[in-house]
Amino acid sequence: MSLLEVKDLKIHYGGIQAVRGIDLKVEEGELVCLIGANGAGKSSTLKGIVGLLPHGGQVHYAGASLKGRPTHAIAAAGLALVPEGRGIFARLTVAENLAMGAYLRRDAAAVRGDGERIYETFPRLAERRGQLAGLLSGGEQQMLAIGRALMGRPRLLLLDEPSMGLAPLMVQKIYETIQAVAREGMTILLVEQNAHLALQVSSRGYVMESGAITLAGPSAELAADPQVRAAYLGE
Amino acid sequence: MRIVDFLRARPRLALLLLAILLAVLPFLVGAGLGKSWVRVLDFALLYVMLALGLNIVVGYAGLLDLGYVAFYALGAYLYAWLASPHFGLHLPFWAVLPLGALLAGVFGVLLGAPTLRLRGDYLAIVTLGFGEIIRIFMNNLDAPINITNGPQGMNLIDPIAFGGFALSKTHKFFGIGVSNAHLYYYLFLAFVLALIFVAMRLQDSRIGRAWAAIREDEVAASAMGIDTRNVKLLAFAMGATFGGLAGGLFSAFQGFISPESFGLMESIMILCMIVLGGMGHIPGVILGAVLLTVLPEALRYVGDWQRALIGRVAVDPADLRMLLFGCALILMMLFRPEGLWPSRQRKRELHAADEVAEQESASVYDARG
Repeated sequence: MSLLEVKDLKIHYGGIQAVRGIDLKVEEGELVCLIGANGAGKSSTLKGIVGLLPHGGQVHYAGASLKGRPTHAIAAAGLALVPEGRGIFARLTVAENLAMGAYLRRDAAAVRGDGERIYETFPRLAERRGQLAGLLSGGEQQMLAIGRALMGRPRLLLLDEPSMGLAPLMVQKIYETIQAVAREGMTILLVEQNAHLALQVSSRGYVMESGAITLAGPSAELAADPQVRAAYLGE
Repeated sequence: MRIVDFLRARPRLALLLLAILLAVLPFLVGAGLGKSWVRVLDFALLYVMLALGLNIVVGYAGLLDLGYVAFYALGAYLYAWLASPHFGLHLPFWAVLPLGALLAGVFGVLLGAPTLRLRGDYLAIVTLGFGEIIRIFMNNLDAPINITNGPQGMNLIDPIAFGGFALSKTHKFFGIGVSNAHLYYYLFLAFVLALIFVAMRLQDSRIGRAWAAIREDEVAASAMGIDTRNVKLLAFAMGATFGGLAGGLFSAFQGFISPESFGLMESIMILCMIVLGGMGHIPGVILGAVLLTVLPEALRYVGDWQRALIGRVAVDPADLRMLLFGCALILMMLFRPEGLWPSRQRKRELHAADEVAEQESASVYDARG
């Protein structure tokens, strides 16, 4: 049984069909990417999975249907979304942001330990723990958003365009972190426009186009596919 | 400034001095400015309660509520219904005040529920409408059954009384006459202190953190597992409870209420107190409420000065009040958008442009290393 199984997911905004019945699966421990151009429906797919958008079709997580459940209940079940544009709490400090990630947890001592581990992973955040998150640079905010999601000890991490709007050096750094998190056994579904990077770090991938999945397979094969190379890798 | 530093180093002494000041304040004010100013102090305390309540909704949870006065009205009317000759009921205040707060809290949830999916300007417009609906109800519910006595309002409302000790009369303590305005001052002060305590505890609680999160980013907050619906409703309910309590006290203090006291201007004034003082910061909110209650009263003297100087009143102080008030708000937004007494965080955020630029370059450097 897959950890996450999406069947025939359909999402529309008014009359516009953003997602036209897609299927995808994420197995425990995998890093799977969902790539595609701007407006292909990738972010809508993630929002549908976590209950931020009403949708048709089925979403099963660890064997149970997520359909109709509110976002906070889905988060409590172990799905952590790092939203597009990072969604950090700008007027709270870095430490307070991380604490919010552990909002549902009652094991204060373990939360403190996890906080320290996040600071070890992102020393930059440790230096700035007392500062307002809104004053961090874009890359630091992305680190904070990922760190905050990890504070909830999720079973599945959903990343929405982590490279968006960041300087190339920062993107590299963020991706190193994503890989490190994956190596520790975290299951990740990564939505990304930057196909090159996403295919490099993931084991499997889906290519999305105009609301439908056009290609799927191991990332290495996708990266070698002439169609993908032409459309997304700029070759 | 030296005195401030001196006191800051000795918080206990500062607290003691503050307590003494608050205890003797009505007597100082009464002796120096006249008895009417003691009543102004009472109103200032009522507005502090209202501002603290609205601050929960607007400052903590970031929900712009322009109809807050509706809860003040509900508390006031409930007190009048249960403790006046209108229905012939004369329940004691300790039963009526909590009921008023509860009724307002329930209405906070009822009026909050339809607005859950609205944000910013849309929320402001709908809450503004709700505020007006309550006022118009109060204005018109004198027929077919006379519930609110319409625009004439309700009078002869019972004062707060502890057994036979009614706060509406002047009492003698050790040979000193203590007027009703003085007595209500101490009662209101006690309520204000209690509400400050509650507001502080709420801000530091788990709920307070959830409010801050939905204020900052609702989507991210729900992704953290926060039930945004319940948490927002709780903000409306808590804010409304404060308003309902203040309304009951107002009713008992005045002995008379009418729909006129609960217009849109009241809601806007309370909001201005928060914005002017420093949104989300309890000392700032208190400062804003006191200033905006006391300053308009002080402007009344402008009429006397005009008469003394030029023999007639050229500019009506009431007009002047709105003019100065408008100018003050514009100046504030231009030069001190964080309010007069903001929290340290908010001050930094609004004066942080340089800091950000500096950090941007530093972090790019970091990524390289």
